[in-house]
Amino acid sequence: MNWISNYVRPKINSLFSRREVPENLWTKCPECGTMLFHRELADNLNVCTSCDHHMAISPRERFRALFDGGIFTEVKVPDALVDPLHFRDQKKYPERLKAAQKATGEKDAMLVAEGEMQRTPIVAVAQDFSFMAGSMGMYVGNAMIAAAQRAVALKRPLVLFSAAGGARMQEGILSLMQMPRTTVAVQMLKEARLPYVVVLTHPTTGGVTASYAMLGDVQIAEPNALICFAGPRVIEQTIREKLPEGFQRAEYLLDHGMLDRVAHRKKMKDELVTILRMLTGQSPAIKGDLPPPDPEPAAVVPA
Amino acid sequence: MNYLEFEKPLAEIEGKAEELRAMARGNAAMDVTKEAEALDRKAETLLRDLYKDLTPWRKCQIARHPDRPHCRDYIEALFSEFTPLAGDRNFAEDHAVMGGLARFNDTPVMVIGHEKGHDTKTRIERNFGMARPEGYRKAIRLMDMADRFRLPVVTLVDTPGAYPGKGAEERGQAEAIARSTQKCLEIGVPLISIIIGEGGSGGAVAFATANRIAMLEHSVYSVISPEGCASILWKDAEKMREAAEALRLTAQDLQKLGVIDRIIKEPLGGAQRGRKETIEAVGKALEVMLKDLSSRKPETLVKDRRQKFLDMGSKGLAA
Ligand SMILES: [Zn+2]
Repeated sequence: MNWISNYVRPKINSLFSRREVPENLWTKCPECGTMLFHRELADNLNVCTSCDHHMAISPRERFRALFDGGIFTEVKVPDALVDPLHFRDQKKYPERLKAAQKATGEKDAMLVAEGEMQRTPIVAVAQDFSFMAGSMGMYVGNAMIAAAQRAVALKRPLVLFSAAGGARMQEGILSLMQMPRTTVAVQMLKEARLPYVVVLTHPTTGGVTASYAMLGDVQIAEPNALICFAGPRVIEQTIREKLPEGFQRAEYLLDHGMLDRVAHRKKMKDELVTILRMLTGQSPAIKGDLPPPDPEPAAVVPA
Repeated sequence: MNYLEFEKPLAEIEGKAEELRAMARGNAAMDVTKEAEALDRKAETLLRDLYKDLTPWRKCQIARHPDRPHCRDYIEALFSEFTPLAGDRNFAEDHAVMGGLARFNDTPVMVIGHEKGHDTKTRIERNFGMARPEGYRKAIRLMDMADRFRLPVVTLVDTPGAYPGKGAEERGQAEAIARSTQKCLEIGVPLISIIIGEGGSGGAVAFATANRIAMLEHSVYSVISPEGCASILWKDAEKMREAAEALRLTAQDLQKLGVIDRIIKEPLGGAQRGRKETIEAVGKALEVMLKDLSSRKPETLVKDRRQKFLDMGSKGLAA
C-alpha cells in the first residue's frame, strides 16, 4: 500500500486540549494519605511527591510528558461498530459509552500518537483507565492495529502503555476476539523487525495481559503496578487463602521472571530512549527534556 | 442419566416409563407396553419442546452437562494411534490439556484439547478442564512441532477458562495464553478448532485462533461466564440468565457475528443423549474442514488466518 494514502494529517493537540485543572484543588494520595496540591501532582506526572505512589495518568498527559516539547501527532483510529450486540445490563452500553466519552473527552480507551522522544522517532499507544476501566473492545483493538501499521509504515518502534481491567464485557465475544486481533498487530511489528516495548501500568489485567501487553520485546512496569490475568480477589475466592504480600505487583513479577525491568514514571522516558536507540542501532541520545523538534518540511509529492 | 434443572418434567415422565417397565419385568402377567410407549411419546414431545427454543442460559447448562462427550471420547473414537505427548519442558505436565500425535482417517495430525474428566477422581486430576500455564506451553510446543513436520492441528475446546490459582499466576499464565494465541497465528499448517462444550474466555482463545472454527449446536463461547458477568455488571451472580442473554454466547449468535464458521448439529436432547451420533457428526465436519484446507500453501494458511481475525467484528448482529 502506498504510504501516502495511509498518511494521517497531523493535528497538534497538545497546545489546545490541556485539561483545565482548578488551582485550588487538593488530591489525597490513596496510598499514604498525604494531601497533594493538584498542580504539584500534575507536574510530578501524577506520582505522589511524598510516597512515590504512581496514580493513573491520562494518555494525553502521558504523551505531553513523553514527547519532546510536549508535541505529538494523533494517529487516526478507524471507527468500530457501536454496540454490535445491543448489550444491556442495568444500563444500555451506548449510555455507558457516552458517559465515559463525556467524562474523559475521548472517543474510547486508547490513544495513538507519533512523535519524537529525545529526538528518537516513535509511535506510542496508551490505554486510558478512566475510560470504562481501560477495557478492551473493538476500538482498542483497532487502535493497536492502527498503531502497529503506522509504526511499520514509518519504520519506527512502538511503545505501549497498558492499563486495563480486561476485556469489555459489553462487546461480548467481539471483545474476546481482540486478543487474536491485537496479537496480529504485534506480529506486524515483529516481521518488520521493529522494537515493541510494553510499559505496564497499574492495573493491567485479564485479556489485555493475556495478549498484546505480554508480547513486548522488552517488558517494563511502573512500580507497584498490579499485573495479572485473574485478579487477587478471584484467586482468594478460589484457593481460600491469603495471598503473599506484593502478590501480582510489578516487583513480584520481576522477581518471578515475568518482566525485564521496573522503572519510575519520571525515569521512563530516558529508559525507553536508551533501549530503543540501541535496538535500532542509533547513537546515544542527548538526555533530558528537549524542545519540540523542528517542524518537518512539507512532504514533496512528485508531479 | 443426569437431568438438568429445566429437564425436571422430562425426568418425571421418563422415570415413570422406566418404573412401569421395571415392574413388568418382575411380573410376566403384566403388560405395560402400551402405557410405557405412551409415556415415551409424551417424553419425546416434551423433549422436542424443551430443546426447540433453548434460552442462552439453558445452552450454558447443556454445554456443561457432565454426560456430554469430552475431548478424550472424541480422540478415542475419531483418531487412531493416538500417542499422547506430555510436558512443557519447563515445569510440569498439565493434565487439563490432552495433546499428541494421532491419525485422522490415516492422515497424521496433532490433536490438542481440554479434558474435564468424567467422575470425581478424573475431574480433580484434570482440574475440571482449567489449564495452568504448562498446558498452554505444552500446546505451543506441540503446535510448533506440527508446523515443522507439516501436520495439521486439530484443537478440541472445552474449558470453563484459565485456572485462577496462585501458582498459575506466578508462572505467568497471561504470558502463556498470549504466546499460545501467537503460536496459533504463526503456524503454516491447517489449524481447525471445534468447541465441543464450553469455550471459556482466554483459555479457549489460546487454542481456538484457527483457520476454521466450528461449534457444536449447544456449545457456548464467551468472554466471561454468565455468572461472572452477572456479578460484575449486575452486582448479583443470580442474574446469570440475563447475562447469558446479553453476552450472545450461543453458536447461533456467534455464527451471525462472523466469529465461527460452522455449527455441528446435535441429536435431539443434546450431545449427552446421543454421544455416538454427536461424535460422528464432529468427525464428519472435521473431515470436510481438513479436506478444504489440506491443499493450501503454508503462507496462504497464515495470511488467511490473520485476515480472518483482522476482519472480525466488521459485521454486527443486525442481519
Ligand atoms: Zn503517597
